[in-house]
Amino acid sequence: MAMEAHDIEALIRAAFPDAQITITDLAGDGNHYSAEVIDESFRGQNRVQQQRAVYTALQGKMDGAAGELHALALTTKAPD
Amino acid sequence: MSDVKADIQKTIDDSDVVLFMKGTKEMPQCGFSSRVAGVLNYMNIDFRDVNVLADEGIRQGIKEFSDWPTIPQLYVKGEFVGGCDIITEMALSGELDQLLDQKSVAYDKEAADKIREANA
Repeated sequence: MAMEAHDIEALIRAAFPDAQITITDLAGDGNHYSAEVIDESFRGQNRVQQQRAVYTALQGKMDGAAGELHALALTTKAPD
Repeated sequence: MSDVKADIQKTIDDSDVVLFMKGTKEMPQCGFSSRVAGVLNYMNIDFRDVNVLADEGIRQGIKEFSDWPTIPQLYVKGEFVGGCDIITEMALSGELDQLLDQKSVAYDKEAADKIREANA
């Protein structure tokens, strides 16, 4: 089952209301996205901590065969 | 589950660099696993590959073990380093070199520089 870019953004937005979020559909199939999330809360966290927080926001949508989202390339950082 | 966790712990204790991946380093079966295995191979890093497609227990267990939802997953000296996006970013920024230096893991510095030249 595919997801729309705005669904992904909405999930991330709920956890990071003030973040700058850019979602790109990489393959045009609703299954392979990239997401860039820039948020102040990431400052001082390493990449693993930052990306874990985003995965948590996605509430299991990435989980294995039953997950709706096969591939999400993540980039996370604090604002410059 | 506890057995699976013990197995995973033993695996990452026994080898300096372990990549949990879909497929093997010779024959990756997913683009993301292929990318990370390719970087490690190219940098001439001696690593143990664990094919999660061969063991459903490990495939689910490693996600809980690392608290990380996707595969591949890279461990260096028992420490979880990250997934495909993080490894790619670190290879391109030079942070992967730093980490390997810190952990005293051998790699081909020239090859690492070539990756960055090719992607500059």
